[in-house]
Amino acid sequence: MAQRIKPFLVNNGPLLTTITIFILVYVMGGRLYPAMQKPQVFFNLFINNAALLIVSIGMTFVILTKGIDLSVAGMIALTSAASAALLVNGVNPVVVMILMLLMGIVFGLAMGSLIYYLKVEPFIVTLMGLFFARGMAYIITLASLTIKDPFYRYLALTKLNIPLFEKAYVYIPSLVGPLLLLVAIYLANFTRFGRTVYAIGNNEQSAMLMGLPVARTKITVYAFGGFCSALAGIVFSISLLSGYGGYAPGMELDAIASVVIGGTMLTGGVGNVIGTLFGVLINGTIVSILQFNGTLSSWWTRIGVGVLTLVFIGIQSLFYMRKKHS
Amino acid sequence: MKNNTPLFNRIRENRLFWPLVALALIFIFNAIFSPGFFKLGILDGHLYGNLIDVFNNSAPLMLVALGMTLVIATGGIDLSVGAVIAISAAMGAVLINPVFGNEEITNAVAADPTLTNTPLWLVVVVTLVAGTLCGLWNGMLVSRAKISPMVATLILMVAGRGIAQLIERGQIMTIYYKPYHWFGNGFILGLPVSIYIVAVVYLLAWLLVRKTSIGLFIESVGLNSKSTYYSGISEKNVKLFAYTFCGFCGAVAGLILGSYIHAIDANNIGLNYELDAIFAVVIGGTLMSGGRFSLLASIVGALIIWTFTITMYIFGVPANALLAGRAVLVLVVILLYSDYARIFLNKFFDRKGSKHGATN
Amino acid sequence: MADSQNILSMNGIRKSFPGVTALEDVDFSLRKGEIHALIGENGAGKSTLIKVLTGVEHPDAGSIELDEKLVQVRSPQHSQELGISTVYQEINLCTNISVAENIMLGFEPYRFGGIDWKKMNALASEATKRLDVDIDVTQPLGNFSVAIQQMVAIVRSLEVASPKILILDEPTSSLDVNETTQLFNVIRKLKSEGIGIVFITHFLDQVYEISDRITVLRNGKLVGTYNSASLPRIELIGKMLGRSLTELDEVSKAKQKSEQKKDMECLVEAKGLGLTGSIEPIDLELHASEVVGLAGLLGSGRTEIANLIFGIDTPDKGSLTIRGKKISHFSPLASLENGIALCPEDRKAEGVVGDLTIRENIILALQARYGWFKFIGTQKQYEIAEKYIKLLGITTPSPDQLVKNLSGGNQQKVILARWLATDPQVLILDEPTRGIDVGAKAEIQKLVLLLAQEGKSIIFISSELEEVLRTSHRIIVMRDHKKAAEYPGDVDDQTIIQTMAGIL
Repeated sequence: MAQRIKPFLVNNGPLLTTITIFILVYVMGGRLYPAMQKPQVFFNLFINNAALLIVSIGMTFVILTKGIDLSVAGMIALTSAASAALLVNGVNPVVVMILMLLMGIVFGLAMGSLIYYLKVEPFIVTLMGLFFARGMAYIITLASLTIKDPFYRYLALTKLNIPLFEKAYVYIPSLVGPLLLLVAIYLANFTRFGRTVYAIGNNEQSAMLMGLPVARTKITVYAFGGFCSALAGIVFSISLLSGYGGYAPGMELDAIASVVIGGTMLTGGVGNVIGTLFGVLINGTIVSILQFNGTLSSWWTRIGVGVLTLVFIGIQSLFYMRKKHS
Repeated sequence: MKNNTPLFNRIRENRLFWPLVALALIFIFNAIFSPGFFKLGILDGHLYGNLIDVFNNSAPLMLVALGMTLVIATGGIDLSVGAVIAISAAMGAVLINPVFGNEEITNAVAADPTLTNTPLWLVVVVTLVAGTLCGLWNGMLVSRAKISPMVATLILMVAGRGIAQLIERGQIMTIYYKPYHWFGNGFILGLPVSIYIVAVVYLLAWLLVRKTSIGLFIESVGLNSKSTYYSGISEKNVKLFAYTFCGFCGAVAGLILGSYIHAIDANNIGLNYELDAIFAVVIGGTLMSGGRFSLLASIVGALIIWTFTITMYIFGVPANALLAGRAVLVLVVILLYSDYARIFLNKFFDRKGSKHGATN
Repeated sequence: MADSQNILSMNGIRKSFPGVTALEDVDFSLRKGEIHALIGENGAGKSTLIKVLTGVEHPDAGSIELDEKLVQVRSPQHSQELGISTVYQEINLCTNISVAENIMLGFEPYRFGGIDWKKMNALASEATKRLDVDIDVTQPLGNFSVAIQQMVAIVRSLEVASPKILILDEPTSSLDVNETTQLFNVIRKLKSEGIGIVFITHFLDQVYEISDRITVLRNGKLVGTYNSASLPRIELIGKMLGRSLTELDEVSKAKQKSEQKKDMECLVEAKGLGLTGSIEPIDLELHASEVVGLAGLLGSGRTEIANLIFGIDTPDKGSLTIRGKKISHFSPLASLENGIALCPEDRKAEGVVGDLTIRENIILALQARYGWFKFIGTQKQYEIAEKYIKLLGITTPSPDQLVKNLSGGNQQKVILARWLATDPQVLILDEPTRGIDVGAKAEIQKLVLLLAQEGKSIIFISSELEEVLRTSHRIIVMRDHKKAAEYPGDVDDQTIIQTMAGIL
């Protein structure tokens, strides 16, 4: 038994570290601000970060293949603007959601194809994707557009009570993230697709020589990312009940930060989606602490997240160097 | 063999050729559809008109493009330029701000354009130093910590606007101090001050990269860093220089931008400059993979972007609507210059053409 | 024990790339249950032959027969389907996932719509035990030594398809003696199952230990196929190194003219200089006006010692003294400033900057020594470039030609010019005539002797024994990362070959 503990710790070290940090930060917050000890605060993490969680899950797969997707926030904005415009024109809300998801997939496929077949660097393609998506959103509507559709309003305002915790609740969109997480865990660990993703991230050439479908997998990963961005956009537009090209500024960076803090290495091949969940939770907890403080400004979040990301990247760099030499 | 004269060939191969052609096309378009574009008048002793607007607006972008050119030439990228602009301008603004702490700016203070907490020369110095330090930070991460340029500059992109907000304590600072407005709005000999500033920085850059060996080393590092190392060149210091200079350019751009609008909004100043800067550099023929570069071509690239933008304004198209188009154009230009794209397209058309299979 | 039946037969294989003929009329055959070693120096054509066999490259001419049936190998995937499995020198597996996964990736057993981990681990465990490798297959591959990773690669190649032919490309490069023995046990087991094994290596000991037949390639041509048991080691080395043309006799005459003067100043002194894992401690002396040849087979450590002296690598043992000054800081720039120059082995990756002009390439190192601010003016640059274009006979219409458009020989001359321009006292040339036509070879060899006459000290590294003998005043023979012996310049080639073979 003892013999199995050491390899377990070593192999899952980053994930355990992230979970520990989350617990520490949360407990510290609870100590500093007793109001934070209410259970609803924990569930608020899922309410307030619903879109971020979804987007980060998609981003995890992309980063696992050693790529990056800077377009996610743009896609969220575009989805919100397009949804609002369609709903204003009376299109059925379910149809709207399906259309948005299709749009996300197509967008992701396009970017993935450019990256793979034309060998343009992922950050350039997805950076332009970001500007393109926001640009399209602005073309659809220059100012923010309100969503009055009853189905959307229902989803936005219906509280679901949590069993065992009285007075604790979440909204329906908040459930999408955790559900997607389960799907992602299945994909990553129980499908050939997922294992190929890990292989590509570690050594794309090996994966190719091993006969794996590298092209198909890489492009699918970006399509999945696009799907997640669109899904996040739907959730986002439900929460805000409006659509606008300027929404979610910088969320791509929050997503990347969550993924990195969650233990996934930017160099690819290492990490998992459970870590990303905790990365998002840590992000959210920091924001909560700042809100409870009240005096510290919210841009400290930006800086704090930036510093945390840097620290994690630094640690990752060290590990990577160490591994290369051994 | 072609019948072109050697002179025509040399003109065609010059890096400036295609950018200037693109610029000429836009001018021609304006000449046909909106001749008012070229009207120049005199107002208050200086030139006035759309062309002046183009130059004035494109000055900050030209500066950022200069810095970005060197960084891209070493095979890297700087995604933080917008944040650097915000930080530098914010540092300047907060030094000028003629009230202390959280006091409100009163009408009396607002009406007096001579109030400042710090002499102008110091404001300028601090602004420049702030941006340069940002560049130095990026450079150290890339050259010493060996972090990939995208990741390294992403950090500053994340945290940078937060830092700028912190400096300004969350407010959009309006600058009433008249002398500060001069950088973005003043005129010397009838032409905007910003043009002279760009000219000076360009001259400085040109001297540094073409009259010293730094330019050759930058190109060499970008083309083949291993061979460059074997030849005794310190790749680390070359890259450090490129990123630091890029930070400096961002600082000057921040000065001009803040001065032009009279206000520094940490969230929005320099927004989307990364896109346009990359566009300017790429149009100028510098490859994203690094290597040969042309400062002048990047400046023309910046000019192209702004001429195009102002032309669109005249036709009533708002800036945000152009965002999508600009993004697509960047990708198209990158593909035009890319070898892979050419190979892929050739293969694609070959397959469609030959029905008898490849002969091997 | 091997059948006389050929399971593989490659006939008249020809393959060219722009500017170089990689394979010319090469035959290769493999029998059932045979271990067949394929050897040759760098540039001999081994890797190209394997690439043709595995479908990575397609031959310009020639045929391939599997089990006496004509086939065309279209791609690596296809070669696997045809029953050819390859294990490359760089472990082409993924270190971040488990051993079991690496073995079964792409063919994992499924249950209820998801991967059946339990079954996969069981299957993988069985497969590794079959080769007498006992490890925990659930651990990430990266946790194991390179030797074990190699075994896993072999296991995978056996599981993925039932190969009839297994190609092992330099499998023992990173293994120690025990690990090599373990690998050989596995190979023998496979041989007993009737699998034909192509074994590419530069370790001659191992060739004799395990192979049934040996095929030698040289400069893209087949030298011959022999039974290991009937080919003495010395003859093998002789065949690997071969003979060159008599045009190079001119160079011999040049050498006779330049006598090595005694008691010349010692420019470079290495005492016990070494780097763990790269070079055993070595003693070396270089005097002015002399050419020291460094002979040895591939992997003997010649380039490694060159990199140490020039400062690319930092030694962790011993000392290096240049012109009386003990070196404490190792870097190319420091060496440059001390008057040492290195023409690297891989001129494409470490030498030329293809997209820069000839002029820029030539003045690069000199400019590096001057630093950032002491700029060599454009006119001076042209002067320097023109001087060396003339001196070395670089054929080009102008100094503004991009180096990537030059022939191999001219590119090498440009690199040489770059270093000569820094006026070094010590010049290290690592395979300066590789891939160059005979005429240019002779020019460079003559130049080397000329430079020695001017007082410089030169280390001349080459796999071509003829060349080394022709140009050197003294010859050091390297073997297995050690200095094996040192001889005067008029030693005969048999002595050197015997030293390389380990007999002397």
